[in-house]
Amino acid sequence: MPLLDVQDLSVVFKRRGEQPFAAVDGVSFSVEAGQTVGLVGESGCGKSVTSLAIMGLLPKRGNSVSGQVLFDGLDLLGLSDNEMRDRRGRDIGMIFQDPLSSLNPVVPIGVQVAEVLQRHQGQDRRESTRNARELLDAVGIPDPDRRLKEYPHQISGGMRQRALIAMALACKPRLLIADEPTTALDVTIQAQILTLLKELVNGTGSALIMITHDLGVVAGLCDTVNVLYAGKVVETTERHRLFAAPRHPYTNGLMNSIPRLDLPRGTPLTPIRGSVNDNIPWREGCAFAPRCDNVLDVCLEGTPPLVDDGYAALRCNNPVSHAQEVAS
Amino acid sequence: MKPVTQHKIEKLERLAASTAEPGGVSLLRDASRRLARNPVAIVGAVIVLLFILVAALAPVIAPHDPVARYAELTRELTVDNIPGAQAGFPFGSDPLGRDFLSRLVYGSRQTLFVGVVATALGLAVGIALGTSAGAFPGRLGKWLDLGIMRVTDVMLALPSLLLAVTLVAVVARPSQWTVIVAVALVNVPIFARLLRGSMLAQRESDHVLAARALGVRQGAIVLRHILPNSVGPVIVQATLTFGTAIIEAAALSFLGLGDPDINRAEWGQMLGVDGVRYLEVRPELAYYPAIAIIIVALGFTLLGEAMREALDPKNRR
Repeated sequence: MPLLDVQDLSVVFKRRGEQPFAAVDGVSFSVEAGQTVGLVGESGCGKSVTSLAIMGLLPKRGNSVSGQVLFDGLDLLGLSDNEMRDRRGRDIGMIFQDPLSSLNPVVPIGVQVAEVLQRHQGQDRRESTRNARELLDAVGIPDPDRRLKEYPHQISGGMRQRALIAMALACKPRLLIADEPTTALDVTIQAQILTLLKELVNGTGSALIMITHDLGVVAGLCDTVNVLYAGKVVETTERHRLFAAPRHPYTNGLMNSIPRLDLPRGTPLTPIRGSVNDNIPWREGCAFAPRCDNVLDVCLEGTPPLVDDGYAALRCNNPVSHAQEVAS
Repeated sequence: MKPVTQHKIEKLERLAASTAEPGGVSLLRDASRRLARNPVAIVGAVIVLLFILVAALAPVIAPHDPVARYAELTRELTVDNIPGAQAGFPFGSDPLGRDFLSRLVYGSRQTLFVGVVATALGLAVGIALGTSAGAFPGRLGKWLDLGIMRVTDVMLALPSLLLAVTLVAVVARPSQWTVIVAVALVNVPIFARLLRGSMLAQRESDHVLAARALGVRQGAIVLRHILPNSVGPVIVQATLTFGTAIIEAAALSFLGLGDPDINRAEWGQMLGVDGVRYLEVRPELAYYPAIAIIIVALGFTLLGEAMREALDPKNRR
């Protein structure tokens, strides 16, 4: 049994005077213990909403969440607020995008880390402070004794993200969700943070869901990858297969828009044409059809199903073939 | 080659050690540093400090007992003649033959007391109401918010002095406490609204979401994560309120709604009762308390404005 099994998860935002908007539209994926799973897609494709829905952090009003989120066989969506609150931070940790705004500006780092230990493990102030110091040390913050007493604005961006990771991992959760943890950091720090996450996940055997729009992060970290487009999974495959032969035209387009070292200098990048504004609703066809180079007539006749051919699960009527990839 | 590198490393280490501070530079310390550079703040702070000093050391500074009537002063005292400055009594007499200077000095105590207690009371109630209104999500929180805010609407709809006058007028036995409660009450809706507004903004902030993602309980989120981040503007408002509270308390006393105890020296009362009645006989009786009120209120207002500037994140470097 997978550690986390998301089945047909949908999040629909109700809009006054307008059609409801499905930010997440029947997403299914699963995460095994010790595995790293990527959720990839551009802005607005439903990555963050998926993670907030798993955590039960979406506002109660104005939206409806359906489907199942089975954590260790237990449906998290059916839990009460209090039961879910006890699990957050203890069984499931989360790391956010912007480390500065995700830390409380008026509370020293050490107190914030200690708070989690006090909350979930019933440690007293002294014990939790001592453990907080060890956690800061473990995530590679130099001089942890001094940093414990410092405020978020006094430490660097990389250290802030390390502190957030320390908080998320304080209770050794079995699942860690990282929502674009490196977006606000510069590239050298990104690499450090990713290495740290990898080490921590390998060391503790936790599962990791990596939410990102950065395929470089995926390449470095994930075991399997789910590519999201307009709220639906369009391709699920193992990391090496994704990079060796991206089959969905959207995934392929993403790959082509990344500069590559192995191409001759001066080779122009091929971006995906159009923007998400061109999407058509899934019920009328493939949302990506208006931007797709491989579009067929059938693409405008209802949602293509997600078909697993043993190599990858694809939601496409006319995937990019390997030969075509070589030709382009 | 090697010794040079070694030397450089040592130098770097020395530099690192010299910039390393133990503990943190808090927002508060940062703000107070900016405060110290602002001349307006310094003027305000000096006035406020002097005022507090005078109030604290009133028994030392005042040359005479503020309550006792002195034979030197009562000898020539009539309705048409209130003795002015004379040996030992530089400000002369008040209409009852007491030392005017001593009463002015002791009046600072009363002013400070009323200002502090009224502001603190208003702040405490305002923070409690604002927190209840702004902190809680969900249906219940929304109703609570709605209820509290409509009550504050009603309170704000009445002119503050009118509200205070009404309150003092309905109380059976007026005392200094009716003045204090009235002034506090007038400021409660201001504090409550201000706090509620900034709490609503904080409630949606990333660090509150992050705290929720760590399973922190609702109470701890409100008290540790939302309230401390929202209370800044309220504290600044409290400093500004100090000035207006002093004026409001003086105004109530001026209107004869203050403490009926004629022995207690109070600037508003000195101005309103004695000062106005004997304005043609001896105008100083009105001038001095009025000037005292103006200077002290100005001091607190300057300090408050400077604090607002210092704590404004837009001015942070």
